[in-house]
Amino acid sequence: METHKLEDVIAAAPFFRGLDPAFCATIAGCGKHVRFEKGQTVYRQGDPADTFYVVQHGHVALELPGAGRPLVHQTLHDNDILNAAWVVPPYRCHSNARAVDTTVAIAFDAACLRGKCDADHDLGYELMKRFVPIVVERLNRARLQALDVYGPGSAG
Amino acid sequence: MSIAPSRSDPMVPRRFRIVEKIHETADTYTFTLVPVDGETACRFAPGQFNMLYLFGYGEVPISISGDPAAPERLVHTVRAMGSVTHAFATLEAGDMVGVRGPFGSAWPLAAAEGGDVLIVAGGLGLAPLRSAIYRLLAERDRYRRIAILHGARSPETILFAEELRQWRRNLDIACEVTVDYAGTDWHGRVGVITQLVALAGFDPQRVTTFVCGPEIMMRFSVEALKKQGVADERIHVSMERSMKCALGHCGHCQFGPAFLCKDGPVLSYDRIRNLVGIAEL
Ligand SMILES: Cc1cc2nc3c(=O)[nH]c(=O)nc-3n(C[C@H](O)[C@H](O)[C@H](O)COP(=O)(O)OP(=O)(O)OC[C@H]3O[C@@H](n4cnc5c(N)ncnc54)[C@H](O)[C@@H]3O)c2cc1C
Ligand code: FES
Repeated sequence: METHKLEDVIAAAPFFRGLDPAFCATIAGCGKHVRFEKGQTVYRQGDPADTFYVVQHGHVALELPGAGRPLVHQTLHDNDILNAAWVVPPYRCHSNARAVDTTVAIAFDAACLRGKCDADHDLGYELMKRFVPIVVERLNRARLQALDVYGPGSAG
Repeated sequence: MSIAPSRSDPMVPRRFRIVEKIHETADTYTFTLVPVDGETACRFAPGQFNMLYLFGYGEVPISISGDPAAPERLVHTVRAMGSVTHAFATLEAGDMVGVRGPFGSAWPLAAAEGGDVLIVAGGLGLAPLRSAIYRLLAERDRYRRIAILHGARSPETILFAEELRQWRRNLDIACEVTVDYAGTDWHGRVGVITQLVALAGFDPQRVTTFVCGPEIMMRFSVEALKKQGVADERIHVSMERSMKCALGHCGHCQFGPAFLCKDGPVLSYDRIRNLVGIAEL
């Protein structure tokens, strides 16, 4: 029953838009609903990237712990994907993730999903088609952030 | 023969007195000016700029950031960048400046009527757009959806923070703010401004977009708008180049075939798409 409901939620999520219903059912088997309270840590930098999340509602900050106070470099909101590191070896989380507000999400067991992708390359390809643009988009955003366009010397 | 400056000579600045100075961020100040001749300060269209003359230092082009419905005072927001603007930052209420203008093209607000309006403002780019926002809010019923997106470097550098808060509370418009990075005490969005474009919820066929900020930020924003299906002629950007005469005579502000003081600073993207990104320009 729970799996069936999750299937519908997955099919309706923008990230999975257009995904074959059979694939939605397959990946629902690796998913569950989760909730993080305000201030709760979702994962820490260096943790195994054994879960990725589709944020349904909420606000999560990605933080880089440093020598001084941690720096928030990205926040994630409704329909965003949290922890794309699950697709890239060595499958380690790149930042700390902390719920800024109460956040509800679908959590996917990454090892389970990697196994299903290995077993069915069509499913793997469909998922990669969705993850690669996210990774590229985030790389572009990071590039723009690194350019520090509003910094000293910029008229804007 | 009289050598008194003539009001009709566009090279001669009018004298204005600073009546208010607001410290906006660490390096940015908003000045309210009134003319010493007691006449109307300046009738302008949002997007236009004045040449501000700081006696003994020089003259710089600065956009008008005030309300076009209040022409009795002139409002400019100045970021201390170099010699003239640093000296400007030291001025206080009671000090005098020279003003020539207004010059240049404006945001095409009338042409946007009946459709959606999307404002994309990066950093100090919010200053010339604030005048447009005042006009949009005053004439709210002439437009469909109005969305304001503002990107800043960090929470401390957000310009017009209190007004942005008010616009965010205004249910008649959408307003989102994001910063490139923040400390953990910040509760707003973190990430580049371009990612807000997809969330702004406008009709790409009916939207008019006004984009202002550092040139790289504008280039990325235009890409994000085009990805949403917005045509080049619906995208308007405000370009900056060094200026001297502001009258289309000296050529200092040349940008390809355009003189930005006269043909710009506001230009529709279809006019300049082939020029953007050419380092020599
Ligand atoms: C149409 C227009 C509207 C403008 N509106 C505003 C505004 O509302 N508020 C504001 O603070 N500034 C605005 N500017 C920018 C402002 O005119 C410049 O910052 C100013 O002329 C710099 O003069 P300066 O003597 O202080 O600096 P300079 O000593 O001449 O230069 C200092 C440093 O800043 C760099 N620099 C100078 N001008 C620019 C520029 N336009 N873009 C990027 N780098 C530059 C120089 O290369 C140098 O490295 C506008 C410019 C234009 C063309
Ligand atoms: S500033 Fe002289 S032509 Fe534009």
